[in-house]
Amino acid sequence: MNNESIAVDEQGDAPEPRRVEPMEEQPPTEDIRIHVEGLSVYYGKLRAVKNVSLAIKSRKVTAIIGPSGCGKSTFIRCLNRMHEVTPGTRVEGKVLLDGYDLYGPGTDPVEVRRKVGMVFQKPNPFPTMSIRDNAIAGFRLNGSRDRRLNDEKVEKSLRMAALWDEVKDQLHQPGTSLSGGQQQRLCIARALAVEPEVLLMDEPCSALDPIATAKIEELIHELKDTVTIVIVTHNMQQAARVSDFTAFFYIGELVEFGVTSKMFTNPDKQQTEDYITGRFG
Amino acid sequence: MQSEPQALNRPLLQSRSGKTKARDAQVINLGDRVFYVATRSLAFCVIVLALLLTADLIRGAWESIGTFGLKFLVGTTWDPVTRQFGTLPTIIGTVVKATIGLLLAVPISIGSAIFIAFYVPKSLRPIISYPIELLAGIPSIVFGLWGLFVMVPVIRIVQIWLKAHFGWFFLFNGPAVYGVGVLSGSVILAIMVIPIVTAISRDILLTVPRLQIEGMLALGATKWEAIWKVALPYARVGLVGAVILGLGRAIGETMAVTMVGGNSFDLIHSLFDPVHSMASQIASEFTEATYGLYVSSLIYVGLVLFGITICVSLLAQLLIWKLSKGKVAIFE
Amino acid sequence: MSAPNPALGLRYFRRKAIERLAVGGMLLCAGITIFFLVTILGYVLYRGATAIDWEFLTSLPLPPGETGGGIANALIGSALVVACAAMMAVPIGLGAAVFVNEFPSAGLGRFVRFLAEVMTGVPSIVVGLFAYALIVRPFGSFSGFSGSVAYAFIMIPIILISAHEAFRLVPDSLREASLALGISKWRTIMRVVLPVSSRALLTGVVLAVSRALGEAAPMLFTAFGNPYWSLNLGKPIATVPLLIYTYATAPYEDWHRKAWAASFILLVVVLITSVLTRAFLRGKSNE
Repeated sequence: MNNESIAVDEQGDAPEPRRVEPMEEQPPTEDIRIHVEGLSVYYGKLRAVKNVSLAIKSRKVTAIIGPSGCGKSTFIRCLNRMHEVTPGTRVEGKVLLDGYDLYGPGTDPVEVRRKVGMVFQKPNPFPTMSIRDNAIAGFRLNGSRDRRLNDEKVEKSLRMAALWDEVKDQLHQPGTSLSGGQQQRLCIARALAVEPEVLLMDEPCSALDPIATAKIEELIHELKDTVTIVIVTHNMQQAARVSDFTAFFYIGELVEFGVTSKMFTNPDKQQTEDYITGRFG
Repeated sequence: MQSEPQALNRPLLQSRSGKTKARDAQVINLGDRVFYVATRSLAFCVIVLALLLTADLIRGAWESIGTFGLKFLVGTTWDPVTRQFGTLPTIIGTVVKATIGLLLAVPISIGSAIFIAFYVPKSLRPIISYPIELLAGIPSIVFGLWGLFVMVPVIRIVQIWLKAHFGWFFLFNGPAVYGVGVLSGSVILAIMVIPIVTAISRDILLTVPRLQIEGMLALGATKWEAIWKVALPYARVGLVGAVILGLGRAIGETMAVTMVGGNSFDLIHSLFDPVHSMASQIASEFTEATYGLYVSSLIYVGLVLFGITICVSLLAQLLIWKLSKGKVAIFE
Repeated sequence: MSAPNPALGLRYFRRKAIERLAVGGMLLCAGITIFFLVTILGYVLYRGATAIDWEFLTSLPLPPGETGGGIANALIGSALVVACAAMMAVPIGLGAAVFVNEFPSAGLGRFVRFLAEVMTGVPSIVVGLFAYALIVRPFGSFSGFSGSVAYAFIMIPIILISAHEAFRLVPDSLREASLALGISKWRTIMRVVLPVSSRALLTGVVLAVSRALGEAAPMLFTAFGNPYWSLNLGKPIATVPLLIYTYATAPYEDWHRKAWAASFILLVVVLITSVLTRAFLRGKSNE
């Protein structure tokens, strides 16, 4: 598969078409969205993620589970280069989105983050913006001023996040006037508005009550036909409910990765089974 | 000291909100009561002082108020010889210098603050922050000294150049060779206001939660877009407060402006004209005021200055309250 | 990868260009700030330090036009006037702050705090006028004491506000623990609240003192200045900031030099204040 991608260097000079050679000896890559190869993450001298390789399948939900401090958040933040926001971090290895190296020399994190969206643990709608403005905050970065287009976008994103009916009459209220669960769905709508290829969710329900959590899990089911989802969760039952594939991390290492149903009924590794049955963590 | 819970027949202090806090603990014995009265008296002292200041200003200005009334504020003659006093030129002088000073200072301050808060690595921040705080604490007389001997000669050169090349423009059509004047006054005010506004703005910008900024970055924004669209709006209440603090300082500033702002009472026509600000007028003339109406008029000027400063202060509180949509109370 | 939307791409460069412009602008702003920083501090340090010597610090001024002499009278004068002001300002400021924070049910407290905030904005020349009207006029002469009154007016809000903030930071649990032991409220305040916040209180006082030491405007028609040695606060007395003004605006080169040297002294005061307050605050956060 030949990829022609815009590689924009730091100076923002005119793009040169760049060809990225496909992997050798790989099965057809159409159904794998993200390839992670040998990823290691360092905070200063501390190695938080150790040599992880896995493949995120397209239009499926991949869950990342593991005890606290096992590196799952660090790992997921590498998929959209958000870990760089923390000073002192260093990454080795490759992350390939449709064959395109996110850490390649000419790659701008800004472009990466438009393609790989993120929803955070604590809902973070922008308090100085209305619900409407929050929804298209990212979309408007490309300068869209067409009011009708923006309104359509607002409605579309809020519908995708199953929030439209609840807020359609209060679009001009501040984003923080909603309940916790609604705020999180607003953040999801906001992330979806820029039409990312992949949506990363870092423990999106941990700050929410069970009803709000259920709504979001339902949402994930609906969304996965449109967008590939990677979700970090400390709640194993949630992983079992929503995901197609599960990766189990322990102290920075990928212990096991496979189809969810198998992982939870008949895992290969003893460690995995111990964690899932609650013997530790 | 014995406790006599029922001995004192006075209403016990209760918290208005209904939630009793330790600080609302009842005043139940004599020691408490004495303490309460004592500290309350000291608090009253503060109020008395403020009232006294207002009263004394009005009393001191009374003769002049009686003679000129409100015409004082629009009168353009200030002549001790003919006993004609009007303060419009100095009001204009004050306002113009403060405005230009702020126009120069605010972008530079906020730009510097953004730079320090978001672009300077944490470990290097103290290196640039400490000197700025130091500068913010330097007395205005020192700024005045530096302004007079170092800045004014430079401004003079600039003014001469501007007049030579752009003299047709009304702003540059004035006595360039003085060096002291509106431009010098404005620039020294700007220089004095920058450290304060920068330091406060930097502190405020550092309180913007990372989660908010990360949220914007995660949508594919550039760092600048995240600052402009999320950090600045989030911080706008505090930033406005900082700017108004700077404005207050600029209006009330005395020594530096006296030394570089020029000493004239005429209405200004250009940037190079020397003109008093209200504060510099009082500072220059007060000890030479020889008769009652003269002194009273100067105090009247002080009263006007005081009034303007109070209005700015109150306006600030109002603006902050409005901007934060009522979530920040004016009284604490 | 899906081909990037070409329209998105063009806008992208514009956004990048805006970012670079913005960073450049901020760099310029910071550069200007640093430039003035360096210039002003540098000048005062250089011109001031070179003019200071032992004679400067210990002898009295000579008649105008003569070279030599010093500003010893102003140094002592400033210290006296500010000390007297502090004796008035600290009890009032601290006491009022105690009232505002420890007896909060009365709305009076909040009003006083609000008033203090407004008072900090009063121009120092106006404070000077106030002291003139209050003390100089009735008593018929300039005096160091009237200067102290002016300084006190400036210092009280500073002390009150910083003390109030310091008291607010004292956790309620400490007060509760003391009260639960049967200690009366006033003793709780004296024995618990005040000691715990002592560092921050001292910082506030130091800041207020430092501010007063540098204020020239109020002295213009209160303490007025005095070329001779004097320890009498009932008469005009020399203070450092006012002396700087007098010397700087006079035509004598020697006096200009002395003005720089005196400014250097004020700069040292500000420096010491800055170091002290940082040390206090850092120490407090380590507790």
